[in-house]
Amino acid sequence: MSKYTEDDLKIELETKEYEYGFYTNIESDTFPIGLNEDIVRAISLRKEEPQWMTDWRLEAFRAWEQMIEPEWANVKYAKPDFQAISYYSAPKAIDPNKSLDDVDPELLEMYKKLGISVDEQKMMNNVAMDIVVDSVSVATTFKKTLGEKGIIFMSISEAIKEHPELVRKHLGTVVPQKDNFYAALNSAVFSDGSFCYIPKGVKCPMELSTYFRINQAGTGQFERTLVIADEGSYVSYLEGCTAPSRDENQLHAAVVELIALDDAEIKYSTVQNWYPGNKEGKGGVFNFVTKRGWCEKNAKISWTQVETGSAVTWKYPSCVLKGDNSVGEFYSIAVTNNFQQADTGTKMIHLGKNTKSTIISKGISAGKSQNSYRGLVKIGPNAENARNFSQCDSLLMGNNCGAHTFPYIESKNPSAKIEHEATTSKIGEDQVFYCNQRGIPTEKAIALIVNGFSKDVLNKLPMEFAVEAQKLLEISLEGSVG
Amino acid sequence: MLSIKNLHASIGDKEILKGINLEVKAGEIHAIMGPNGAGKSTLSAIIAGNENYEVTEGEIFLDNEDISELAPEERAHKGVFLSFQYPVEIPGVSVTNFMRTAINETRKANKLEEMPANEMLKVIREKSELLEIDRKFLSRSLNEGFSGGEKKRNEIFQMAMLEPKLAILDETDSGLDIDALRIVANGVNKLKSDKNAIIVITHYQRLLDYIVPDFVHVLYNGRIVKSGDASLAHELEDKGYDWIKQEQEA
Repeated sequence: MSKYTEDDLKIELETKEYEYGFYTNIESDTFPIGLNEDIVRAISLRKEEPQWMTDWRLEAFRAWEQMIEPEWANVKYAKPDFQAISYYSAPKAIDPNKSLDDVDPELLEMYKKLGISVDEQKMMNNVAMDIVVDSVSVATTFKKTLGEKGIIFMSISEAIKEHPELVRKHLGTVVPQKDNFYAALNSAVFSDGSFCYIPKGVKCPMELSTYFRINQAGTGQFERTLVIADEGSYVSYLEGCTAPSRDENQLHAAVVELIALDDAEIKYSTVQNWYPGNKEGKGGVFNFVTKRGWCEKNAKISWTQVETGSAVTWKYPSCVLKGDNSVGEFYSIAVTNNFQQADTGTKMIHLGKNTKSTIISKGISAGKSQNSYRGLVKIGPNAENARNFSQCDSLLMGNNCGAHTFPYIESKNPSAKIEHEATTSKIGEDQVFYCNQRGIPTEKAIALIVNGFSKDVLNKLPMEFAVEAQKLLEISLEGSVG
Repeated sequence: MLSIKNLHASIGDKEILKGINLEVKAGEIHAIMGPNGAGKSTLSAIIAGNENYEVTEGEIFLDNEDISELAPEERAHKGVFLSFQYPVEIPGVSVTNFMRTAINETRKANKLEEMPANEMLKVIREKSELLEIDRKFLSRSLNEGFSGGEKKRNEIFQMAMLEPKLAILDETDSGLDIDALRIVANGVNKLKSDKNAIIVITHYQRLLDYIVPDFVHVLYNGRIVKSGDASLAHELEDKGYDWIKQEQEA
């Protein structure tokens, strides 16, 4: 693996198109199923980690053993058997001869429609990517350009070796090991992920991007991402997710920690397109993710997410607004179709004075899906003049889906101002007929209406991501109008 | 161009059109008048292909092709345009984006390339001037928060953009003040040629002072009960519809 260079990656990307649904015929080095302290130690050993890291994982594992899976979310699913999962899978070698035989033709069709290749994205959009195939990051591009500015962008495994002081100081400070059931599990077994450090006063000159995909059947994916923006720095980070078709549910329990020091700004954008299961609700990814950002004085963190995939989504990208005048933003589009279930939203924790937060959530439900917004706005006793504005809009298609809004507001400071607006609407036959009459077929009309509904959030995405996101919305809702 | 033969249609159990016959040739303007509930809007919706109505008998031909079974967008692709009495709001979709989509979908259906962006801009500029539309208006969400007059002017702007063969203007005069009425009517008159045809559906004579019809038909109780030239509209204006009703019930 260590001999796999940037040039190898480049050749690989040129000779074969990246298609999300491929079960790449990679000879994997996969651990036996099950989870115990020995497995945790083995993961750490395999990754040649220092003792402090091994201990940190074990601490998390012991906490996890005592925890129970949360049940408060508005989702129903068969709980994964955590002893039936293999917790480590690393590709031994990349086989350039891929086989299409395992792939659901419907999925292939979808990828064709998306028409996205990593290569294309990279070349056209000046995007540096850290590609995670299963668990081990195989290559990091544009490292040099970033290096000149002192920016560190590498896999977290490398960072543990090369920058242990930075990782050790910050890992788990925003999402502690014992934060919740899935965060504890991730802390114990995380296999890889990305690490990013932007030095003081540096504006990162390009969008940083990570592509994740689950590959090996029956392996969970536990990435760990840590982004640190030092004082006065700026970074925009893109995370795209795709996964191939699998019959059994696959578990995805990631943790993302963002740290924005004084006057720093982090923009974190996600397009999540894990396999949602088939039309009968069979298969699909369980997406149980903990994402949280920490804002020091005058810092700003923006979360933007487009969630179209996964069978079950449980995800609340949050901001702790500790520093005075810090700003937190959450812009979300969540689409559910067929039997998908999503319980997603944010937490804005206002601790500092004059802190501001904005929440714009657009939920689109079709088929027999259930789509919930769950959000907390919490104003601490010292958060003088804190401000929040929340807007939660739901769009329903058909009569068999559900949209739910669970806003929680806790204010301990009388000077706080909190606004919450919510709407629910349905795509009307009259809207569709109007479009039809102008020559726009129904599928296209739905896409147009949905894009219009989601515009406030789509506008927050970096350009190249926005185009992909629009296509995704269109594809996710195909066939949802009878 | 348009030929409607013995058209019967109903919504649920209720028969609304009870045998409509209508011939419209290229270059003609026809006005369809009649009291509330006569079936005027139903007729326009059915020509456009609204599937909420069931055609129980009869045919609709466009250029000698039976379009009765075609989907609404297919009829649009063949050049049928309906200016809606109540245009629908589509939040977040700008007038420009909507038009671009409509034009390119129509071109695609007719096996043409997409219209290049610069040409699109040129056409938009031209047509918005024709209808005295401020171009800022075109970046607003379609019909959202538009005044009644703005909605109707926007309908005619779309007609100008799509250049239909057959345009049906359903109560385009309602909600228009006199200045807007003049602008809209001027626009329609400029779009008129010997290659297209227009059906104007209205309650009142007022619009017909500006858009002068070649033929006027009176629709009553699901049938065309009287046809004539522009003078018929004046007669209706003077006498009201009671005269027609009495004649029919006599």
